[in-house]
Amino acid sequence: MKYSSTGIFRIGVVVVLVAGLIALALGGYLTPLSRIFLTPLISAQTWVATRFQAIQSLITAPADVSELRLENAELRAEVSSLQVQVVELQQQVAEAQLLSTLVDYARSRPENRYIAASVIARDPSPFMHYVIINRGSDAELRSGMPVVTEQGLVGRVAAVTAGAARVQLINDPGSSVNVLLQQSDADGTLVGDITGDISVGMISQSANVQLGDLVVTSGLGGNYPPNLVVGQISTVRNLPYDLFQSASVQPAVDFSALEIVLVITNFQPVDVTPLIP
Amino acid sequence: MAVLIAFPVFAILVILQGGMISAMPLLRGTADVVLLTIVAWALQERARAIWPWSLIGGSMVGLVSGLPMGALLGAYLLVTLIALILRRRVWKAPALAMLAVTLLGTLVTHGVSWLARWLSGTLIPIAQVFNLITLPSLLLNLLLAMPVYVMVRDLANWLYPEEIEV
Repeated sequence: MKYSSTGIFRIGVVVVLVAGLIALALGGYLTPLSRIFLTPLISAQTWVATRFQAIQSLITAPADVSELRLENAELRAEVSSLQVQVVELQQQVAEAQLLSTLVDYARSRPENRYIAASVIARDPSPFMHYVIINRGSDAELRSGMPVVTEQGLVGRVAAVTAGAARVQLINDPGSSVNVLLQQSDADGTLVGDITGDISVGMISQSANVQLGDLVVTSGLGGNYPPNLVVGQISTVRNLPYDLFQSASVQPAVDFSALEIVLVITNFQPVDVTPLIP
Repeated sequence: MAVLIAFPVFAILVILQGGMISAMPLLRGTADVVLLTIVAWALQERARAIWPWSLIGGSMVGLVSGLPMGALLGAYLLVTLIALILRRRVWKAPALAMLAVTLLGTLVTHGVSWLARWLSGTLIPIAQVFNLITLPSLLLNLLLAMPVYVMVRDLANWLYPEEIEV
């Protein structure tokens, strides 16, 4: 094969041009030039691709939507199931925390024996501040046994059946508890009210009752063991012409949120009725 | 049949009353779905066994409540009597009768409850009872009266279907 001199010259020119272009490109001198060409090209490519994808999704959409809907329904069901599990676990954690606090309380008073019970109902009559617990005479509960929580005194067992018991709360209008005001060392009688509040009456006029005084059971009368926390004095009524002072008490227990209570089973209430003239 | 149905109906209602409704007071008053059901049943034209219904309802609530058992039972029987008297007088407007007996029934039940507590040695000031218990309970009972009436009417219609002459 023979190459003419013109042919060799052309090849040489092309090689030099290509080499020159490569050198210019490597040196970055062709960037503005390439931008002029590439920018409209990229715009056109983008426009075409967008339209194409839109048309493609329009054609394939029904199948995708039905699949997505199915997947969505499955995921929703899974989320619901997980939410139920979360709520159940939260309830279990709350219950475990409550039981742990009650166990701590029971350990702090080893002289007493306790039976834990759940509050399952409230008295249907708004005139009665009673709750019903799910333990009865089968669990050796007896009428008169004191009922407490880790916060303080709740009330006492008023009636018992085999599997349940009715507890009279200390804020029932018919409830009466002999108490001691710890700081002022004064005795009094705690009574409930239809409003749900509790107050201490029959406090001696000579007693120096202070706000914040801790109210505990005194044990007098034999209905409750001594030193069970009842609440704190919130207001004092001391009128010079009254025989006794009285005071409102902020209860230690939230009676509207009772869930689990402890019944003190080794306390035998003393019936002093025959001694009353 | 109606007597047999009364047992599960009132069992469910007493559970609801003690477990839920009593835990949702307005001031210190609560709705009384057992009373409303007894009243609604007594006002049904087709209903039979009206007295057994109030006897069963009153006994079940009396078993659960700390009030003396005869108190609520007596109150419910008295309310049933009022409902039967009013049914004959305003039979063309049962909804009106339901509201009227609910009002009277709430007052009677609370009056009897107050009396029972007073006789058992707990005197509650009447003004407090009226403001904190009776008025709120009345409002709740009147709110629930018509839904309960409709449900009891459906139950009565199911138990005693209308006879069609062919």
